[in-house]
Order: sequence, then C-alpha cells, then structure tokens
Amino acid sequence: MPIYETIIGLEVHAQILTRSKMFCACSADYAGAAPNTHVCPVCMALPGSLPVINRAAVEKTILAGLALHCTIGPEAVFARKNYHYADLPKGYQISQYELPLCHDGWIEIEIPNETGNRVKRIGITRVHLEEDTGKLTHTGGASLVDLNRAGVPLLEIVTEPDMRSPEEAHAYLTMLQRILRYLGVSTADMEKGAMRCEANVSVRPVGQAQFGTKVEVKNLNSFRAVVQALEYEVARQIAVLESGGKVVQVTMGWDEAHGRTVVQRTKESADDYRYFPEPDLPPLVIEPAWVEALAARLPELPDAKTRRFVAELGLHPRDAALLAEDRGIAEYFEAVARESGDAKTAANWITGELFRLMNTATVEIAAVKITPAAFAALMRLVATGQINLNSAKRVFAIMFETGRSPDEIVQELGLAQVSDADVLAAAVAAVVARYPDEAAKYRGGKETLFNWFLGQVMRETRGKGNPAVVRELLAKALKG
Amino acid sequence: MSLTLAQVEHIAELARLALTDAEKALYREQLSAILEYAAILQRVDTSMIPPTATVLPLRNIMREDIVQPSLPIEDVLANAPDAADGCFRVTAILEG
Repeated sequence: MPIYETIIGLEVHAQILTRSKMFCACSADYAGAAPNTHVCPVCMALPGSLPVINRAAVEKTILAGLALHCTIGPEAVFARKNYHYADLPKGYQISQYELPLCHDGWIEIEIPNETGNRVKRIGITRVHLEEDTGKLTHTGGASLVDLNRAGVPLLEIVTEPDMRSPEEAHAYLTMLQRILRYLGVSTADMEKGAMRCEANVSVRPVGQAQFGTKVEVKNLNSFRAVVQALEYEVARQIAVLESGGKVVQVTMGWDEAHGRTVVQRTKESADDYRYFPEPDLPPLVIEPAWVEALAARLPELPDAKTRRFVAELGLHPRDAALLAEDRGIAEYFEAVARESGDAKTAANWITGELFRLMNTATVEIAAVKITPAAFAALMRLVATGQINLNSAKRVFAIMFETGRSPDEIVQELGLAQVSDADVLAAAVAAVVARYPDEAAKYRGGKETLFNWFLGQVMRETRGKGNPAVVRELLAKALKG
Repeated sequence: MSLTLAQVEHIAELARLALTDAEKALYREQLSAILEYAAILQRVDTSMIPPTATVLPLRNIMREDIVQPSLPIEDVLANAPDAADGCFRVTAILEG
C-alpha cells in the first residue's frame, strides 16, 4: 500500500478596508445596514453608469503584495469575468486576469514540531483586486437580492500548490490573516465573511512527480472548517485510490453540519468566463516611485517584530510571538517597555495580568484604560519595594477598571509596603512565639516550614511586609 | 472552422439563451463564420506587438476614497419587477 502525499493550494478572498466601494462612492461599510441602502446606479449596473477605480483599494492591494514579497505591476489591467448570476447585475464581475497588480511572491509559515518550529516558504502566485458580489437569500420559490455588498473591494490571494498538510494550510491562513490585519488592509474576519477560503486538494503516492487530480473545495468559512474539510477530502481521495478508483476533477462544497464534502454542480470553466480587458477602465501603470512610497508605509510585520523582541529586548520567543500577534498590543507593549525601561517585566505583566483581565472583561487593547505611563509607574512601585506583587495585582485590577493612577490607589487602600525592619521584626517575633512546635521542627531539619512561616508573617502584616526584608528577619529569628 | 451543435448549445447556455433548433442551426453557421474571420486574423504575426488592453491614451484614472450618498431605497427598487423586504425578488436560483 503506497504512502500518499497531500498537495494543497489555497485561494483566499479578503474584503479590503476602504470607506467607499471599489468602483463607486457608495459606503463599503454595509454591516447592519438595511438591504439595498448602499446602492447606486453603478452597483445596479444601470445603463450609462461607469466604474471609477478607488485609489485606496489599489494602494492597499499593493501594500498586501509588498508584504507578501510580490513583484508589483508594472502594468495592471482589470478584466471582465462573464457569468450570469443575480449576485452581480452587470452579468460580469470586474476582476483581474492576465495582468494582476501583484504576482510571484512568498510568505514564510511556521509549523510546530518536536524540535521547535519548522519554517516553510509558501509561494504566492498572484494578488489581485476585484469586486465583491451581492448577497442572495433563498426563500422557497424565490431569491432575494441585496446589493449592499456588491462592489466592495475584494483582494484575491492565490498560492502555489506548496502546502503538504491541513496543518500547513492552517498555519498559512493564520499568518496571512495576521499580515492583512497588521497592514490595516482587511479585518480578515472569517466568521463575518470578510475573509473566505477555497482550497485545491489532491493526493499522490510519495515519489510520484506528477500531481494527482485536484478537487476544489469551497464554502470554507472558518479556520476549523478549512482543517476539517481538508482532512476529510484527503481521506476521501486516498480511499478512492485505494479501492482502485480514480479521483474526478470536481468542485465540492464543505457541508459543515454533516462534516463532509459534497459535489456541487460544476460551474463554468475558465474558458467559459470569457475574460477580456474591461473597456470601461483604463489600465494602471504602477510607477516605481509609487511603489516605493507605499513600501515606506509598510509597518514592521509580526515575524520581524517577534525576532526583534527576542534579540533586542531579550524576551522569551513565546512571549515575543504572543505580543507581536496583534499590532495594537505590540505597540502598547513597546510603549510600556519604553516608559518603564524593563521590557521583560512589562511582557510578563501584559501576557499575564493584562491578558487575563482583557479576556474576562472581553476588552480590546484599544479600550484598555491603563496608560503606558501609569503602567510603568505601577511597575516602578514594585521594583522599588514600595508595594509587593500581590498588592500590585490588586492595584492593577483597579487601574484596569477605572483608569486611575497607581499612586492614588495605593494610598487609598493603604497598601504601601512596610520595609521598616523594626516594625517587621516585631511581626516576625510574634509569629515565631505563637508557633513554638513548628519552630522546633524547623530547627530539627524540616526546612520546608520556612515558607509556611513566611506566609504567617505576611498575613500578620496584612500582605504589606516587604518579602525580602521579612525573609531575612525570619531566617535570623528561626535560627534562634 | 465549424462549430459543433453541442458547442452552440453550450454558448447559448452561458448566455442563458433558449434557442430553437432552427436558431441553433442558423447561429452555428454565423458563429462559425466569425471564427473563420478570427482565424484569418490569427495568421498575422503579432510577436513584436505588446498585448493591447485599450486603444485610449488614458492611464491611472482613479478617484479618492470618499463616500457619497447612495440612492434612496424607493429609487433603487423603482424598476424592480418584484421586491420583498427591501430586496429585489427574483426566481429562485440555487448556486451550482
């Protein structure tokens, strides 16, 4: 029985974050809007209406292309993709065919394995710009057409057949989503339909040079669906080959409810779309100066940020990756690190306490009330021994809740740490006197009791004792 | 270069046209003639000519990303043969 190799290529569509639509001035922000309220003669394809290219959409596509190491232009042409379906009233979708804005790029993905992370390069065939389609709701004998989404700018990103497992496909999507969000090109939210995925899957016996027959799988609306559908489809194709059958080239849909792929009626092939240059839109010439100006706007991407956090700030790679994942969080972290001058402790606080509070309250980083300056002030209170870590966590929670300054809260709650040796020595003496049996056991060699004593003294000082000072005094007192 | 009847039917299907047998025969002839003409053009050596997407001297015509008001819903649906819930209502078409 041969061992099979899986071949996967992905086609991702992502809505581009612009104010207006791709070819007209209707608002592209249609979420929650009543049907057909973001619609004009261009959206409806009324006779005489003409499309005009949205410069911001072109620039964001080029930004995405640059981040994916693509060659840009130098010439880009829009094309008509002809098909009759009520989701676009023109009878064609304005897309790109022979001359996409960006082509021949790559991104690197990381796949966790036993020895850490394996880095793999995935080729990007092309990144092009097109328009989204309207929304159809099927109700019994009729379909209801809402054109609010029709004409929203849509990025299409096509990979080479470079992925070898559903896990790699997942890693690619995760990386792509992160990049698009970093660039501010798309929300890339799969659950909300702002990012959609189609996969080309085939299998072949290991060692065979030729690709097997590929199957296109559509309707992958979540990361989970992508992985499940790919796993299902790979197993299905291997079973077909094992039983002596042949894989047929078809388009399948992922049936989430039943966890299986289902054959869809084969739609048009590429020839049937009768692509031709869009006569209503003059071609774009992408001058190097334009590309350079856009390249200057590229933010540092998550991968590079992660590496810098490790190399320059000495963070643990896991914390660095966690902080670099989201651009807002990364910027917040850097501000706190700068203000406090202690990146490692800042990273601990953010990945620990802050993330915990954000999760519990479902608050995004942009809405966090603690300013980096106040954050750093709290860290200083701990570093200089003015409050202990437990008190600091209490103060931090109140800061998170109210946005108040740490000094004010510390004063109000009377949390200022006691480092005065005389005061603490009294507390230590009281505790040791209260538990003579334990003290004897400790002296007899049961050293684990030390921490128990430490806890008793901290309780005696209502948590305000400076642990370092207490430790020293306690050791002295117990030695007796 | 003559089209087969099946090819004519396929093209009609793509254009969502219902043709009678007589029309199929007629269009088969006419479309074939067009393709014959294209075949003559194909003989011209174009290896030194870049593909031409437009003959107009225009390039890079773009608009700024500014929102303008859309049409009132009454105007949007004014010419719709049928409407429901603010939507155009069309004969059910299930995605293939």
